[in-house]
This record gives sequence, C-alpha cells and structure tokens, in this order.
Amino acid sequence: MNSLEGVVVQIQGLSSSAGDISRLHVILKQAEESLRSESTRLSPILNQLDPSNHSLGYLYILEACTSASVSKEQAAMLVPYIARFISYCAPEQIRLAPEKFIAVCKRFKDQVMLLGTPMRGVAPLQAAVRKLQNSSEHLTTLHPEFLLLCLLAKCYKTGLSILEEDIFEVDQPRDLFLYCYYGGMICIGQKRFRKALELLHNVVTAPMSSINAIAVEAYKKYILVSLIHNGQFSTSLPKYTSSAAQRNLKNHCQPYIELANSYSTGKIAELEQYVQTNEEKFESDNNLGLVKQVVSSMYKRNIQRLTQTYLTLSLQDIANTVQLNSPKEAEMHVLQMIQDGEIFATINQKDGMVRFLEDPEQYKSCEMIERIDSSIQRIMSLSRKLTTMEEQMSCDPQYLAKAGRERQRFDFDDFDTVPQKFNI
Amino acid sequence: MEPEGSPSRPMIDEIHSNGGINLCDGDVDDEPSIDDTTTTTTNNRPIISSGEQLDVEAYGGLYQGRTKIMRLLFIAENCEGNPAMRLEALRMAHDEIKKGENTQLYREVVQKIDGELGPNYAMDSAWCDSVDRRADQKKEKLENELNAYRTNLIKESIRMGYNDFGDFYYAHGALGDAFKSYVRTRDYCTTSKHIIHMCLSAILVSIEMGQFTHVTSYVSKAEQSPEALDPITAAKLRCAAGLAHLEAKKYKLAARKFLETGSELGSHYNEVIAPQDVATYGGLCALASFDRAELKSKVIDNVNFRNFLELVPEVRELINDFYSSHYASCLDYLGNLKANLLLDIHLHDHVETLYDQIRNKALIQYTHPFVSVDLQMMANAFKTTVAGLEKELEALITDDQIQARIDSHNKILYARHADQRNATFQRVLQTGNEFDRDVRSMLLRANLIKHEYNLRAARKH
Repeated sequence: MNSLEGVVVQIQGLSSSAGDISRLHVILKQAEESLRSESTRLSPILNQLDPSNHSLGYLYILEACTSASVSKEQAAMLVPYIARFISYCAPEQIRLAPEKFIAVCKRFKDQVMLLGTPMRGVAPLQAAVRKLQNSSEHLTTLHPEFLLLCLLAKCYKTGLSILEEDIFEVDQPRDLFLYCYYGGMICIGQKRFRKALELLHNVVTAPMSSINAIAVEAYKKYILVSLIHNGQFSTSLPKYTSSAAQRNLKNHCQPYIELANSYSTGKIAELEQYVQTNEEKFESDNNLGLVKQVVSSMYKRNIQRLTQTYLTLSLQDIANTVQLNSPKEAEMHVLQMIQDGEIFATINQKDGMVRFLEDPEQYKSCEMIERIDSSIQRIMSLSRKLTTMEEQMSCDPQYLAKAGRERQRFDFDDFDTVPQKFNI
Repeated sequence: MEPEGSPSRPMIDEIHSNGGINLCDGDVDDEPSIDDTTTTTTNNRPIISSGEQLDVEAYGGLYQGRTKIMRLLFIAENCEGNPAMRLEALRMAHDEIKKGENTQLYREVVQKIDGELGPNYAMDSAWCDSVDRRADQKKEKLENELNAYRTNLIKESIRMGYNDFGDFYYAHGALGDAFKSYVRTRDYCTTSKHIIHMCLSAILVSIEMGQFTHVTSYVSKAEQSPEALDPITAAKLRCAAGLAHLEAKKYKLAARKFLETGSELGSHYNEVIAPQDVATYGGLCALASFDRAELKSKVIDNVNFRNFLELVPEVRELINDFYSSHYASCLDYLGNLKANLLLDIHLHDHVETLYDQIRNKALIQYTHPFVSVDLQMMANAFKTTVAGLEKELEALITDDQIQARIDSHNKILYARHADQRNATFQRVLQTGNEFDRDVRSMLLRANLIKHEYNLRAARKH
C-alpha cells in the first residue's frame, strides 16, 4: 500500500511541467511491476487522479488495471473510466508512452465488444486516434481498431470521416492492411465504390514478402467491387505488386475469378446460374450481398450501353435486350437509374418509350470551376511532396553509398577514375 | 432524308432507288457477259462465274501440277449436295495424278472414287508397284550421284544433285524432305539466280505444305537481290507474299501485294495461282480493308491491275458498284460469288470475314454523308429488314465505327458528333483523379518499403 500511495503522490506532484513529467515517467517505469501485482486494488485510486492533468500516471495505472483478464462486470465498471480518460487526457503526456496507450485502447475495445455494445466505443476511439496521431497523415495501430468498431456498430459515416484523410506514414504494415481492408468495407457499405476500390487496391499491391489472409480477403472484395464499379476486371496485377502476391493471390480466389469471367460474357442468365451454384462459397466468405450487387450492376451496365447507341427505345426492346422479364421491370430499372443519376433519360409512359438524353453537365458552372481549381491545388501539393521526398532520398547516405558502388569505373570525359565509394 | 447540301434531283433519285432496279446485273442466270463493259475481251479463259456452278473442267485447266490435284480434291470434298461435280473433280484429279508419280495420293483418290466412275478408275496396283519400284531405283541413283559429287566437291553439281532430290521428293509427295533438300542447296548457290531458284522452290513446297511463315521469309530473301529478278519472277514473288499475308489474315497487306503484281505473270505461276485468283483475292481484300481514297488510287485507277480484273468482270463490277455507292448490286454480286469462292482452297476460310467486313464498310459508307437517315430506305438499299438493319447498326455503333444514334421509335438514324469540349473536361478530371490516386499509393508504398528497409537495417546492427 505504501508504494502505491507513494506512486499516487508522485503522480500528483510531478505532473505540472515537462521536466517533472519526464522524471515521473522514469519513476513510473520502475514502479510498473509493483503496480501490476496490485492490479485488483487499483480501481479506487483512479478516483484520486485527474485524467487531464495526471494523464501519464493515470495511463500507467489503467494499464496495470486492465493487464489481467476481466470479467463482464469488471468490464462494465472499467469502460466508463477508460472512456472518460480518453476524452480528457493530454496528448503530450500520453505520447510519451504510446504502447501503453495503444494497449489500453485495445483492451477497451475488447471490453466493449465483450459487453456487446460496440457503439459505446466509437466516439472514444475516434478521440484516441486523433490524440495519438503525430499528424493527420500518420497511421496508428488504433486506426484499424476504430474502423472495426465502426463496422460492428454500423456507424459508417463516422468511419468515413477518418478515411477521408490521406495516409503517408505507417508504423506497422499490418496496421495498413487492416485499415485499408476495414476502410474498404466501410466504403462499400456507404456505396462509395471508387474509394473502396482504391483502398482495396492498396492492400493487394502493398509490398509483402509472403502472402497473408488479409490480402486474400481483400482481393476477393477487390474483384467484386471492380466488377460493380468498372464493369470489368483484369486478372493481371500491376508491376509493382509484390511477387508473392502475384503468384499466390489468384489461387485462393478461384470462384471469384470465374465469376468475373462469367460477368464479362455479358449473359445475365449464366451469371445468375453461376452465383446460385456457388452460393455457399460466397456465403461463407460473407460476400453474398456484394455478389448480388454485382448481378444487379450487370443490368445497369447493359442499360447504360444502350444509351450509347439509341436515342429512343421502347421499354419492350429494353426488356428484351437486357434480358428482363417484362417492360414493367425495365421501367423500374430505368427509373431507379435516373434517380441515382446513373443515366439521363425521360420515360414516356403513353408510348412506352424511353428517350435518352445527353449529360446536361456543361462544365460552365461555378461549382465545376471550383472543383477543377481544388483538384489542381491538390495535385500541385502532391507534386511538391514528391519532389521533397526525392530530395530527401538523394541526400540519404545509405542510398548514396549504394548508388556510388554501381557507377562506372571510368568517367569517359575526364579519363579519371571515379571514386568508388562515398566515404561519409 | 436530308443529305447535306442540295444535290441535283437525279442523284437523289439514284440514291433513293438504290434498291436496285434498272441495273442490268440483276439477271444472274445468263452467261457472265455484262452489257456495259465494252472492254470485255473475247478471252477464252474460263472464269469463275456467278450463280452458275463452277465449271470444274475449266477451273482445273487453269492450274497445273500438284496444286491442281489439291484444288480438285478440295472441291470434291466440299461440294455437298452436288455428286456430279464431286465425281467430275475426282475424275480429273485421278487423271492428273496418274500423269505423275505420287502413289500415296493415287491411293487416296481411288478410295474416294470408290468405284463410282467405272472400271477405268479402280485401283491399279500394277501401276502403283511399278511407280514405286522406279522411284526406289531413281532414289538410289540420285543418292549415288550425289555422293559422287560430294566427294568431288564440285559446288554446282552438288547443288544440282540436291535440286534433283528436291524435285524427286516433291513429285512423290514427300513435302518435308523436298523442302529440306531445296534448303540444302543454299550452301552451294553461287549466283543470285541460283538463290532465286532455291527460294522459288522452297516457296512452292511451303505453300503446298501450308507453312506460310517460310513463304514470307523466302520471299524476302529472294527480293534481296533485285537485279537478278525478271518481271515474271518478281510477279511470282509478289503473289506468294500476298498469299502468305492472306493466310495470316492481314488483308490490307495481302491486297497491296496482289495489286502490285505485274501483269506479266500471266499463267506462268500456274503451279501455285491463276491470274483470276490474283484478281479475286486482290479485289476482295482491297474492298474489305482499303479506305475510299486508297481504293480509288490503287484499284480502280490501277492500269496494271485492270488486266487482271478483265478476267473476272464480276469482281470489277462489284468494286465499281461499291465505289459508286450501288450497294444493292454490289452485295448481289458478292452473294453470287460466294458459293464458288467457298470452294477455293486458299480463300474459303476467309470468305465470311471478308464479306462481313465489306458489308460493314458499305453500311458505314452509306451513313457517312448524312445527318439523318431513314432506316426503312436504308433497309431497302441493303435488301434487309429494318429490325435486322437495326441490329447491324447497333453493333457498328457500339464498335465506334459509326458515330450516330438510333431513334428506335421513328426508325431514324441521327448522326452524332461527340462534343469535344465536354469530352475534354471529362478526361481532364478523370486524369487528375487517377494521378492523385496513383501518386498517393506510390508515396504510401515507398513509405512501407522504407520502413521495411529500416527494420532490416536495424535488425542487422
């Protein structure tokens, strides 16, 4: 008890300035073992500490509290503490002990899931992510946890707000894979197929020395989303994909590749047949809903193709060409597509005719100019980023050493020997 | 129908009446004499005629050597429903084979005849045996001679020896050995004439074997020494090259080669191709693959090729009809020629493709000058139904060969020219997005690789 009291006093005393905090950090590291051994008696202490001022200390004690496995009742009690802590803690203090913070948050997520209420964890984890990040371009281990909770709680919009930010710095490749995979699923849920495709593409083409399950699952969804969004799928992966992925991914996703082949023939009956025969496989991967969307996207694509060749077409003809059962169904499909903004047309019910119109966008409005302008700005900043990165790279000593080794022996102009190595 | 500009009345009438009334080619039953071609020579060369059956005897008379036999056999095999023609072809093949020394082919032909032509055409084993015996003797003699020449190391004799071997094998149907023998003479060729002779022999055997890649390479080899090429040989080489391109489905190149063939060819290359064939192949390939300007300059205004076209007035007429937009009669001619073209050994598997291409070109050319086209009139011009025409046009529009859209309600085709400005904006936005996405992914990947590299470096230390 003494040491415990002592620790509490230290925390309360040494939490004011940066120098004090670093001393506190040292003390806390030394006291870690003893804290862990007393984990059961730590909960009341939490009330003596203030999460915003004594963040570091609070963190250590919380971590010790949760280090043992907890039961449901304990979880129910701890969850509000942790949630409150996360909202009030001071970012500078917790960044001194990031692994502890991550550990606490992960356990928080587990407890929230244990209690069956993922919704409670969404807001706190979002705050946690923001506090842990060095910058908005930084991917932390908490990102995928947060996205997972969003998925489970079906709070897709909250997840999307995090996804909108571009990521350039990554701590652990595994985080990136999970982040992109969950992010892809959230985008699919919100029907933002372009962004989903981008995220899944990042997983599939990321450098990896050996194939992992996340990449396989991502590839399956990638095939399906590619069919829905682009109407086609090419089995060749880009050159920069790792060789492990290029060799092995296709073997694990055979049914999906055959689905893509069936889709490319353009025959709806065949596609539906194939889906039906392989229903259990898709079901077991939890992809059946997506597969059904693929089938309906085929109708859409066929109707869209008609807009390219016809000015007016009867509903009966549409039904025949697209292999629907009746003009009424064709009308419903066309109506849905007009409402979704996927085609521009007018339906004349008296004649049973559909008149296809041109895209009314004239690219003359203010919004369009703003859009183009912001695109230009974005691309310019990306270019600048690229240039900075290249400059950094060319000054990097390891790179120079390696490049120096591979130069020619003689410089043709001077007939002098070129230095073999940069001795730095 | 409103064509752009205001043409004179007669032209509108002509276009409207494209359904083909008083074009005299409509009668297909009489002999192939087109009234308005005053330059039809009273050439007694037989022609592949329209509508009528192929005159097998006349057709066979155009060729000689092994190709005659192969062509006749091909006709026999592919003229279903016409036993008379079949038997005629088989009979002629039999006679031709008996003049040569190929017992293998003889046996095949006799089996196919199966006694239907009477006792004269039954299996003559005595003849077979005597030919085989003679062949063995000759082979031995040739071998001895060749060995003698080889020991004497006289280049010219060795070359002649191998040539004789090649001829011997060719006559007996051992095409692979013939080819090898001919190719062996290469080391002993001293003048460019020798080389050309070797190339021509190799080309002949390759064509018979159906290996057209060899044909192309030997043609280019022969053309490397242009000073030794007399016009006839040059024409032969062009024909061979044309055939090779035709087999490779490169119709444009084939057309060009056939059109460049000099008229000195005459019947000098009967063992491969007849001048009628040059005209037919060249004309059809040109029609299927050339655009209008090229068609005019290279075919219609080509004085040299005119000599060939005289031999097949139908092809000449159909090219002229196509150029002057009389599509109905053009397609009529094509339809009539089809049955006989399917019996041609080189062209038969290209007929469908060429016909489709010609028909598509006709459709595209028809719609090209107009802002709007009435589909009913167009269907009349092309002798088809509106529904069928709509399907064909749909395929062409989807393929982006016609820029138009169909008003299915009123059955009108409207020309549609893409709005460049909108298309440009769309492309710009799309390219921007793609750049954005790709650069971000690249930076991310670079970061991952750097991280991995740092890890490895850290672990090493």
